[in-house]
Amino acid sequence: MHSLFDPASPQARAVASLWWWMAGVGGVIWLGVAALAVYAAVRGRGTRAADDLMHIPAESHRRIEHVVTAGVVITVLILAGFLTYDFSVGRLLAQHPQRALTIDVTGHQWWWEVLYEDPDPSKRIGTANEIHVPVGEPVQFKLRAADVIHSYWAPNLNGKRDLIPGYVSTLWFKADTAGVYRGQCAEFCGLQHAGMAFYIIAEPKVKFAAWLAAGSTPPDPPTDPALRYGMRVFMSSGCAVCHSIGGTDARATVGPDLTHLKSRSSIAAGMLSNTRANLTRWIENPAAIKPGVRMPAVPFSPADREALVSYLETLK
Amino acid sequence: VSGSDPRVLPVDQSIAESDLIGDAAVLDDTWRDKPGLWGWLCAVDHKTIAKRYIVTAFLMFIAGGIEAALMRLQLARPENTLIGPDRYNQLFTVHGTTMMFLFAVPMMTAMGLYFVPLMVGARSIAFPRLNAFGYWTYLVGVVFLYVSLFSNTGPDTGWFAYVPLSGPAYSPGHRVDVWAQLVTFTEIAALCGAVNIIVTAFKLRAPGMSVNRIPPFVWAQLVVAFMIVFAMPAVATGSTLMLAADRAVNMHWFNPAEGGDALLWQHIFWFFGHPEVYIIFLPALGMITPIVETFCRRQVFGYTAIVAANIATAFFAFGLWVHHMFATPIPELGQSLFTAASMVIAIPTAVQIFCWIATMWAGRPRLTVPMLFVLGFLFTFINGGITGVMLASVAFDKQAHDTFFVVAHLHYVLIGGGLMPLFGAFYFWFPKITGRLLGEALGKVHFWLFVIGTNVTFFPMHILGLNGMPRRIYTYLAPSGWGPLNLVATIGALTIATAVLVFLINVVRSLRVGDVAGENPWRSSGLEWATTSPPPSFNFVHTAVVHSRHPLWETTVELEVVSGLRTDRREILVTTTFDAHLDARALGPEPSIWPLYVALCMGLLFIGSIFSPYFVLAGIGASLLGLLGWGWESTRDVEVERVALPDGALVEQV
Repeated sequence: MHSLFDPASPQARAVASLWWWMAGVGGVIWLGVAALAVYAAVRGRGTRAADDLMHIPAESHRRIEHVVTAGVVITVLILAGFLTYDFSVGRLLAQHPQRALTIDVTGHQWWWEVLYEDPDPSKRIGTANEIHVPVGEPVQFKLRAADVIHSYWAPNLNGKRDLIPGYVSTLWFKADTAGVYRGQCAEFCGLQHAGMAFYIIAEPKVKFAAWLAAGSTPPDPPTDPALRYGMRVFMSSGCAVCHSIGGTDARATVGPDLTHLKSRSSIAAGMLSNTRANLTRWIENPAAIKPGVRMPAVPFSPADREALVSYLETLK
Repeated sequence: VSGSDPRVLPVDQSIAESDLIGDAAVLDDTWRDKPGLWGWLCAVDHKTIAKRYIVTAFLMFIAGGIEAALMRLQLARPENTLIGPDRYNQLFTVHGTTMMFLFAVPMMTAMGLYFVPLMVGARSIAFPRLNAFGYWTYLVGVVFLYVSLFSNTGPDTGWFAYVPLSGPAYSPGHRVDVWAQLVTFTEIAALCGAVNIIVTAFKLRAPGMSVNRIPPFVWAQLVVAFMIVFAMPAVATGSTLMLAADRAVNMHWFNPAEGGDALLWQHIFWFFGHPEVYIIFLPALGMITPIVETFCRRQVFGYTAIVAANIATAFFAFGLWVHHMFATPIPELGQSLFTAASMVIAIPTAVQIFCWIATMWAGRPRLTVPMLFVLGFLFTFINGGITGVMLASVAFDKQAHDTFFVVAHLHYVLIGGGLMPLFGAFYFWFPKITGRLLGEALGKVHFWLFVIGTNVTFFPMHILGLNGMPRRIYTYLAPSGWGPLNLVATIGALTIATAVLVFLINVVRSLRVGDVAGENPWRSSGLEWATTSPPPSFNFVHTAVVHSRHPLWETTVELEVVSGLRTDRREILVTTTFDAHLDARALGPEPSIWPLYVALCMGLLFIGSIFSPYFVLAGIGASLLGLLGWGWESTRDVEVERVALPDGALVEQV
């Protein structure tokens, strides 16, 4: 699910073929030269008595010269062939599509902010750690970093790109197989570098369009008094200082957008599956799951926490 | 006494004849470091300093190894809780920093500081006090880093310390300051060593050792010394002036919000960081040539090609730093230049490998432990070289960059290309340094455990990397499927630890009961074997005159020697840079306390600067005082006197 060996885009496929060629040719060279060295080291043992002959005799010197020169020439030719192949793959990867679905991805310590831009602000969709893309359409990511350097990498779809403060980098691919592809931050970014995963959900165009439409409609505010109480806990206990929920007064952008929290399969940047029990555990003490995480443990009463989780569970 | 004879220096008639005769007792009296604690602190003998370097650097290797073993234990299974992220980040940072800055470079330099003067047939290194100063500075750095680590102030942003993570906003406290100043110490030490090696190799060679007769190890050290001179200032500027200034006084060099640039640091760091790899690797290659020559009983095939390959590697090494930055937004066209350069650098290394194999082919190899390590080098390093060429591809590197594939690659290169030749060199030169041979049987156990351990540890990491495992993560989830191969890697790491333990047992045992080596146990060809083992304080009773690349293989009788150097004071023979004609007679310095004093003052300056700018003033003041004392000593001790010789007198004779 998370591997160069299982490409799901023409881009990743080109690199995977490049890899197999390199591994094949490289493996032959490795074992060949190593075998040659071992053979050279053991072949002459004890057979010749010319121990005091410190010079290589002129005649065998010339022969060896030819062999060594041939070895170097072959090395150069292999490198030249490889360079050509590499440049052709590089050229393929560098050909940006004319028009592509553009998604803004911003790296934070330690989660991924995702924003689907739209000229109509009401259709703008913010989410986190899960990126839906249509199969068969070119997708371009605009990558930014909010704090330190991160690196976006989903090996099944394309190579990685660093997110560097002060720069906007881009990366594009065209998923050709529907599926869920895991990715993880690849540039060391502090305490929870290990806890900064994400998922790319490549789905057929129709399904993607439906997801997009659902995404731009915020969930209805709860009517059930218990859930309304949970919502009040959210708004008044500090949650809203960092998080936003569409259709409410919570509009902060420090932490992940929670508008459609329950539409996501995982929480805590891919660390926990998105179940009620895990959500409770996470809110209780985030640092127990991700030591160093920026989200504080808010000292709720058990009843308040239950109400809060019940409310969050409605954010479908 | 004739001015035109290369073997006889013109002598002031007022000097007593007895002071000119090579008398070991008189020479030892002149050259020996003084006894007692004070004498120990004042020591300037290059062999004493180099031995301290070697021992300290090896302790650092063990420290770095323990850090690596702890990390491997943590990663042995998914979601392990042995070490938390805070401790883990310090461990991997200190592991990298230790291995690169405190083990590999100082160790390679130390081997040069010990052997370059011996190999060129000199009485001493060019600047003995500077050499001592370099060691003391390095030692201050070592103590500083490890005191910090044990007081939970170990640096934790990687040995590359990328900004903004290492900047003031995201790394408050003093952890990164420790790293930035540690780098300063090691840079100063490396530069002292480099300057010493350059001048020793250029000016103190035995008469007749023209540039085309310089031993390949000395060539490698010389080339690397120049690389150090060009590479180290980059990181010293980056870490000391820019990163430390960003942190101490908010200079904003690297802060994009204030017009700085976060990517700039990476350019500065890798402009140093890439040549750094070759600074470790080239001396190791230099060690291989004498080992292959000695145990195959043949002069190496392609001496000129090997030397040229060294120089070519050094040039290219400065032109491929961007391949560490292929995932950054540097445009593709610019990156492709660095792809090509990264592939081209494989060619000079291939040339050297083919030359050694050809020498083995033409010779009659004896598979002693040093020779086994050469084969271990070939087997392991070539794998690292090939993955290196793969990583030169931008397209592939964007997949493999910052994953365990790169961890595998760099360890194959540095262990295969650095450590294996180094271990071979230990077995080869241990008898020269200590007078006793290392045990062959334990040596073979060490070799096999080490080669197997290395491959079992690092080969699976290629697959882990391609299966998505990034570097520098302290844990991973079970569904990732990375568990089994990580466990294999951990078992391999413990095998490496066992191998190193076997080596240590061998060293301790051999120091006590090893076979006595004699002058030249391997019947090798270099000048370092033309003196007792261990060499006396004055290196050679007589300064040799050299007629070929293999002085000890060419003469059937005694070596020709120069006479006319005074034995009652520290006279050193200086020769011309290219042809090694007699040039001058220099007087070396006596033992001195000032190097230690100045090193401690610099320690005060750099360590204190973390806490208060006033320490900078105090450190500079105290250092200046020390330099005055040092300089005053120089006016008393050091002089250079040109030898009046007709031009070309030597070349006709040799």
